[in-house]
Amino acid sequence: MSKYTEDDLREELKTKEYEYGFFTDIESETFPIGLNEDIVRAISKKKDEPQWMTDWRLEAFKVWKEMAEPEWANVRYTKPDFQAIAYYSAPTSVDPNKTLDDVDPDLLAMYKKLGISVDEQKKMNNVAMDIVVDSVSVATTFKKTLGEKGIIFMSISEAIKEHPELVKKHLGTVVPTKDNFYAALNSAVFSDGSFCYIPKGVRCPMELSTYFRINQAGTGQFERTLVIADEGSYVSYLEGCTAPSRDENQLHAAVVELIALDDAEIKYSTVQNWFPGNAEGKGGVYNFVTKRGLCEKNAKISWTQVETGSAVTWKYPSCILKGDNSVGEFYSIAVTNNYQQADTGTKMIHIGKNTKSTIISKGISAGKSQNSYRGLVQIGSRADNARNFSQCDSLLMGNECGAHTFPYIEAKNKTAKVEHEATTSKIGEDQIFYCNQRGIDTEKAIALIVNGFSKEVLNKLPMEFAVEAQKLLEISLEGSVG
Amino acid sequence: MLKINNLHASVEDKGILKGINLEVKAGEVHAIMGPNGSGKSTLASVIAGKEEYEVTDGNIIFEGEDIEELAAEERAHKGVFLSFQYPVEIPGVSVTNFIKTAINESRKAKGLGDMPAKDMLKLIREKADLLEMDRKFLSRSLNEGFSGGEKKRNEIFQMAMLEPKLAILDETDSGLDIDALRIVANGVNKLKSKDNAVVVITHYQRLLDYIVPDFVHVLYNGKIVKSGGKELAHELEEKGYDWIKEEVNA
Repeated sequence: MSKYTEDDLREELKTKEYEYGFFTDIESETFPIGLNEDIVRAISKKKDEPQWMTDWRLEAFKVWKEMAEPEWANVRYTKPDFQAIAYYSAPTSVDPNKTLDDVDPDLLAMYKKLGISVDEQKKMNNVAMDIVVDSVSVATTFKKTLGEKGIIFMSISEAIKEHPELVKKHLGTVVPTKDNFYAALNSAVFSDGSFCYIPKGVRCPMELSTYFRINQAGTGQFERTLVIADEGSYVSYLEGCTAPSRDENQLHAAVVELIALDDAEIKYSTVQNWFPGNAEGKGGVYNFVTKRGLCEKNAKISWTQVETGSAVTWKYPSCILKGDNSVGEFYSIAVTNNYQQADTGTKMIHIGKNTKSTIISKGISAGKSQNSYRGLVQIGSRADNARNFSQCDSLLMGNECGAHTFPYIEAKNKTAKVEHEATTSKIGEDQIFYCNQRGIDTEKAIALIVNGFSKEVLNKLPMEFAVEAQKLLEISLEGSVG
Repeated sequence: MLKINNLHASVEDKGILKGINLEVKAGEVHAIMGPNGSGKSTLASVIAGKEEYEVTDGNIIFEGEDIEELAAEERAHKGVFLSFQYPVEIPGVSVTNFIKTAINESRKAKGLGDMPAKDMLKLIREKADLLEMDRKFLSRSLNEGFSGGEKKRNEIFQMAMLEPKLAILDETDSGLDIDALRIVANGVNKLKSKDNAVVVITHYQRLLDYIVPDFVHVLYNGKIVKSGGKELAHELEEKGYDWIKEEVNA
């Protein structure tokens, strides 16, 4: 790989702008609504994909057509009309006439509280921004450091073209196209997403965070992510953004696949803050995500998630512990307020011997929201000495919200040890008064109590992300106790 | 410092305080004694500003200001401190983190920035030593799994950190063994000065051997029915409350 200079980057950014500019004529660049084989073909063509990829998408589409939308989750919503959605629209374009003054002041106030820089605010609202020298050099440094280690980190569309052998080998191996309704839909029409490959024995020297955060905006409705950690490698991957994202697309159906080969470790942290709808429960994003990781021998996958957004969340980041001695972890904070509904949890599938899994789930419900934990721990017949520990805690605020726990345990091996603990508590008036008496006002008191409740999970997040997540929890629950 | 005039207060329409008059000056220690259900803890909660209690008549003047309309945290910022009879648990929030938040919120109310971490640490060490607290204790979740003695010691630790003008100790002696009682009382005495005041609410004379009051008041059926010097506490210890009840009912 030749040296990537700042000039190259500037050049690339210029080209990107051009690309975006090319698509500004929205009318002609958005596909007609509805979904059929021609649309799937057209998406693939638009992205200039090889034949095998087109075939893969078509196969997925065929499967999807035969499937029904799942109804077992503890959520209620008006089902999207899949024939009323446009499945391809050009990346969100920058409007040169738009300034921050045009952005919703509520949103700006929230950014301020989160301490998000003006440039990032612009980025997130598609306000044209100048290239800041600083961020250019940061991006360059990232690219250089990663390149030196042989780490591949690019969009999945690029990867399909540049590393077809890797994509072809792994795509859909953890989440098969026919896995579930939304996964099949995603496989047929995914717009873009990220691809990451860590070579054998390489420890990724940085959290793939800042870089990703800057590039996160506008990845679209059907995101596809594939992370491969080759033998003995390590990567910590952060997705999402603490800033609230308003999106015109109501339906989001992403797929994330993680592959940890022998002795590899993947840490995957998510902060999800999609628009949850207004205080009356109108609007808001439906977030139907399939996330799953595969662990080979001695490998480890940790999922950490902080979910505060979306009107409806359906999400179960899972681990298939195929290799002996592999380890799966799931740490989750899910906050629901107003009319939000979340049905989230995990699946730990123990196949190999001496496999271990840990589940820590913290659900916080406020307003009129419903918050469900749904988790499956499955111990296969060959999984000698498998261990699982699950802890599900729910915190209720007020009298109109709900917290539900649906744990499923299937053990087919007598040596399995499975522990499950669950608690439900309520923020008490006494706790609030105690804080008030020490000079801490009610809002701050709630933040303190909620952060204390979520501590075990917050501690799993990378440092700077944890600080932001803490602030996010405070803001999400503002005004929820009167 | 504190002047309570004809205070009536009720909870869920049930009258509990029925005309309390009390004046506490800087540098003084007052003890409030009385049988169960006489309204001692209610009085403490009303002064601290607990919302469930409604003041139906009279007023509370603190440092010349009627604090009736102030929220509990505003009263705290002005220097009112309540050592709780039953301190609540806050899981996941360490003793250190809690007191740090309390101090910085009070500073914020006074227009000051956060206390520098170095100063905070120094202060915490100093006050923890005063109350003979183990350092490990400071990293534990607030009141979670604390023994009765640890809870009360932690209350006085917070008092030491916040340096209030008026400290109300609500049954701080209950649940304490004799050693813990000595440590807690010793802490309170060291914090006492001519500029602050302490109101001790207790059933028993025991605590008053350590924290010696200037005045003792007997609360019965929502009213202060008798006041005197420290010898009144001894008299109560000897004779119980029945003679007071008889006097009142006569």
